[in-house]
Amino acid sequence: MRSFVFPEFEVIRDEERCGSCRGCERQCAFGTHTYDPVADRLVSDDHKCAGCQRCVIFCPQKAIVVRPSPSFYRPNASWTREKIEDLKRQAETGGVLLTGCGSDKPFRIYWDHILLNASQVTNPSIDPLREPMELRTFLGRKPEMLEISSKDGEVEIRTELYPNLTVETPILFSAMSFGAISYNAFKSLATAACRSGTYFNTGEGGLPREMRSEFGRCAIVQVASGRFGIDAEYLNVAQAVEIKVGQGAKPGIGGHLPGEKVSLAVAETRMIPQGTDAISPAPHHDIYSIEDLSTLIYALKEATNYEKPISVKIAAVHNFAAIASGIVRAGADIIAIDGLRGGTGAAPKAIRDNVGIPTELAISSLDRRLREEGIRNRCSIIAAGGFRSSSDVIKAIALGADAVYIGSAALIAMGCTLCQKCYTGNCNWGICTQNPRLSGRLNVEIASTRLSNLISAWSHEIREMLGGMGINALESLRGNRDHLRGVGLYEWELDVLGIKGAGE
Amino acid sequence: MMIKAAVPKGRPSSVPKAGVSAGTGAVSIDAAGLETRELNDRLRELQLSGTKRVEISNVCGQRYIGTRLYTPEGQQMEIDICGTAGNDLAAFLSGHKITVDGNAQDGVGNTMDSGEVVVRGRAGDVLGFSMRGGEIYVRDGCGYRAALHMKDCEGKRPVLVVGGGAQDFLGEYMAGGVVIILDLDGESHDANFMGTGMHGGVIYLRGTARDDQVGAQVDISPADEADRELIEEYVSRYLDRFPEVEMTKEEILASPFVRLTPRSKRPYSGLYAY
Amino acid sequence: MDRKRRSRRELYTKDICACSIFGAMNRDGDRFTGEGVMKAIASMRVRGNGLGGGFAAYGIYPDNRDLYAFHLMFTGPTDVARRAAKKELEAFLARKFEVFFDEEIPTDDGVVVRDPPLIWRYFVLPRKEGDDAEMTDGDYIVREIMAVNTKIENAYVFSSGKNMGCFKGVGYPEEIGEYFMLDRLYRGHTWTVHGRFPTNTQAWWGGAHPFGLLDTTVVHNGEVSSYGTNRWYLEMYGYACTLQTDTEVIAYAADLLMRRQKLPIEIVAKILAPPIWAAIDRMDEKEKRLLTALRMTYGPLLMNGPFAVIIGETGRMVGLTDRIRLRPLTAATRGEMFYISSEEASIRLISPHLDRVWTPKGGEPVIAEMKGFEKGFERIC
Repeated sequence: MRSFVFPEFEVIRDEERCGSCRGCERQCAFGTHTYDPVADRLVSDDHKCAGCQRCVIFCPQKAIVVRPSPSFYRPNASWTREKIEDLKRQAETGGVLLTGCGSDKPFRIYWDHILLNASQVTNPSIDPLREPMELRTFLGRKPEMLEISSKDGEVEIRTELYPNLTVETPILFSAMSFGAISYNAFKSLATAACRSGTYFNTGEGGLPREMRSEFGRCAIVQVASGRFGIDAEYLNVAQAVEIKVGQGAKPGIGGHLPGEKVSLAVAETRMIPQGTDAISPAPHHDIYSIEDLSTLIYALKEATNYEKPISVKIAAVHNFAAIASGIVRAGADIIAIDGLRGGTGAAPKAIRDNVGIPTELAISSLDRRLREEGIRNRCSIIAAGGFRSSSDVIKAIALGADAVYIGSAALIAMGCTLCQKCYTGNCNWGICTQNPRLSGRLNVEIASTRLSNLISAWSHEIREMLGGMGINALESLRGNRDHLRGVGLYEWELDVLGIKGAGE
Repeated sequence: MMIKAAVPKGRPSSVPKAGVSAGTGAVSIDAAGLETRELNDRLRELQLSGTKRVEISNVCGQRYIGTRLYTPEGQQMEIDICGTAGNDLAAFLSGHKITVDGNAQDGVGNTMDSGEVVVRGRAGDVLGFSMRGGEIYVRDGCGYRAALHMKDCEGKRPVLVVGGGAQDFLGEYMAGGVVIILDLDGESHDANFMGTGMHGGVIYLRGTARDDQVGAQVDISPADEADRELIEEYVSRYLDRFPEVEMTKEEILASPFVRLTPRSKRPYSGLYAY
Repeated sequence: MDRKRRSRRELYTKDICACSIFGAMNRDGDRFTGEGVMKAIASMRVRGNGLGGGFAAYGIYPDNRDLYAFHLMFTGPTDVARRAAKKELEAFLARKFEVFFDEEIPTDDGVVVRDPPLIWRYFVLPRKEGDDAEMTDGDYIVREIMAVNTKIENAYVFSSGKNMGCFKGVGYPEEIGEYFMLDRLYRGHTWTVHGRFPTNTQAWWGGAHPFGLLDTTVVHNGEVSSYGTNRWYLEMYGYACTLQTDTEVIAYAADLLMRRQKLPIEIVAKILAPPIWAAIDRMDEKEKRLLTALRMTYGPLLMNGPFAVIIGETGRMVGLTDRIRLRPLTAATRGEMFYISSEEASIRLISPHLDRVWTPKGGEPVIAEMKGFEKGFERIC
């Protein structure tokens, strides 16, 4: 059937500069560029271009520009180009629209409406270059109190301490599975996490056996509805186990890793046959209720001899704070909360752009809820979904998060341009693909260095901002909403965030 | 179901707590009044001290028996349970052989990796959920969602044999492994939604199944010679474990069997617009 | 936050909870204390979290079997507020009912429970005057209970049947049982019990199960995803959903369908948990017509999402799960005893040797009836 959809992008080649080296042809897995031997020139099929900019950056002659296609339908505020083209694609295929990455819709980004405080006169700001500035954070359940006995000068803690994760900076890598992303991308995250004193999250695709001994020490392993790649060793080499209930990009639904992405290595790691669809059902079929979740939490505690904190990741949805409170009571040590703009390798567009609530509001209402119930110290909160910079992170901490997960930001550090074609498996940047020719483009050493650089830069900026507020330990900012002010927000939004308006 | 003699349930405890029984060399634990965690603490201590065989009496709902018995060295244990085993028996099981003299509840063999579970009685819902290896034998019937998302890999092939019937959603999302439902009660198999979303493995039903009882992704065909060899092997193993079942192998095998298999490894490949 | 200002937007808030449920009936009508069911529910402690427990006991007030026993909770923050609520309630009762006698429900002060309200019982008969004289007792009582629960601040009727009573509160169920001394003071022929796992902690004694109207009570495990729709429908029939939990809609649906509309339990089960359309399409014409009509008429009462409930009435106890059985339920018998439970082990704990144990199918009720039980609202005993 002939497609009635415009190309999304226009490829413009400067014929003067182009040396016909065919580099662009090799770079593009979507087949946008082809060499015409008769004319001895390269031609581009705009219809195939994903707008990932790989060819632009790698063209030695800087001869290519890729920009949004200027074609237009008659302007219409209701029937936008995107709505018309999505509809046409569905008329042509009868399928569910897939997309990748976090929602690109213009929901209010609260980070951009929140301003931070700084010290002036009454208390001194602190210079992080010369003075101690502490970001170390513990993630897990804390006791209500410590019972200390003292005998002959020997002081002893008599209270049982719960297992906690220690991070040197409050930034962890969000769950991205081997299968969704390439082996090299996965290993780059693991390498950078170990180097930066933080953790990566395996997602639900398992942890390759050869990586277990080296990278287990900085791994959070996931148990999701598909139960892929889970054995007792997997659970025990990691430092924490996360039950994935939901994901911000697609709350309430599961996922299918298509069979063509289930390569031999992916199959071995997930412990499934090669080439079959790896289906993650929408719910865990052993969890239909909060007490079933408790059963699984304790099954995992049993399986890890009560030595690891158990995290539960849920999507931020309307009534999530009450649910999260139940999750804490069910025995979770960490709640990971993934907001509306959380990323994904593949999600139905209808879900990604219409379900959930923003991370910023979610953090605040969750923190408030748990404090009101007197159970905030029973768990830590890791916030996820749309963190773009160190200032977003520090604002999240001040709203009550203990730490954040970054996903898209980490991928961008490795080269991702958010072209949203992750689900095709043709990622030209070698990140979201199982094609060895493409994944080979991602050098683990370089990519992990870029990731460590990012963590280091953000951590330094966080220290600078903390110092400016006169705070030298991150725990003094946690939930400290007094250091936040809103601008351009409605009253109800300030209420939910629990912050004052600027100047108030 | 034809059973020769009633099986003693909740056998009174005549053995001292954690004593060694002279006959079998097994260590015995009286679980009466023990919390789940206390019981599993004891089992783990026994495992670490090199115990090979444990008998637990008066089990009544304690969960996760066998779950905490992973060690990198892989020491194996045999555990005999008398009573009603609680939820998530043998969850994440890594080797070991567990026998329940009594009924089991929900979640037997949840995400089990290897080992063997024998239930001399019935099992509840989500039996063998996401099980990847090892074998489970249930003498009587089981509840909803048995063998859900069972899978195989790396030369591992899980096997689930149920002597009685199974309820709805048997083998949903099944991706590998072998399930045999013997339906020895003689009642016709009446589960619905069998094999919904199935994309691997095989289910054998003694008797027949109608098209409307299975998911759209499933083919029903009569068991062929190779199938019957496999079935025979596992019926023999089933009868070895449950000598009290009065039917002989020949009687069981005299009945027709059908095979449920997935039409595709990729049940949802046509769902999306790219 | 100023909630009042925004009350039109916040249509309702609802607690989510999950739980353990247990029921025991002696089908000969022999009465027994609450000791056994307390022990059984205690064995499922891991399914709850100590934030709610409760009991419905049938046959406990034989000397006053012809009077409606109202159990009241007065929950104000101070004793003064509770007494004020009690005074207001009693003035209301005096207008609407003949009160034969009343007393504080005895509690064991040695049992530590959190923020116990003042709990009182009244033995009454309706005083129907004027236009109300035409009403049935049931309709009259339901209307007046709704009035109490919505209009009298801090007063809440949580039990209103004849020769039966609910006892509930914040705590583990066995603690609540000890608090009310159910193992010592009461003997009933049918007991249902609930251990609660709510996802928040407002220590609200009224939020515990069972929920009941007249002699119909419900204990529930699961979450009703269709709560908003069920409530939307039931409110038209005068049921005020005030208790912030989805269980009350099941109790009201049972009252509407069974008491007011006199539908048999088998039909009610098909309304609350109907077969899927694919199954209906395969049925013979007559059955198809019936089930299609039920779904057309009562679609808003479909209880969607996972649930297992035990519905208690005088002389009958019904276990039911949702149509795809997302919550567990095990039934068992031993002689004249009939048990329904979330887990088999809790039944075995109090009755190790059972005649029969089975897992009911999704959407198909298991029904325990006492000998001589007749359909209709006039009960035996």
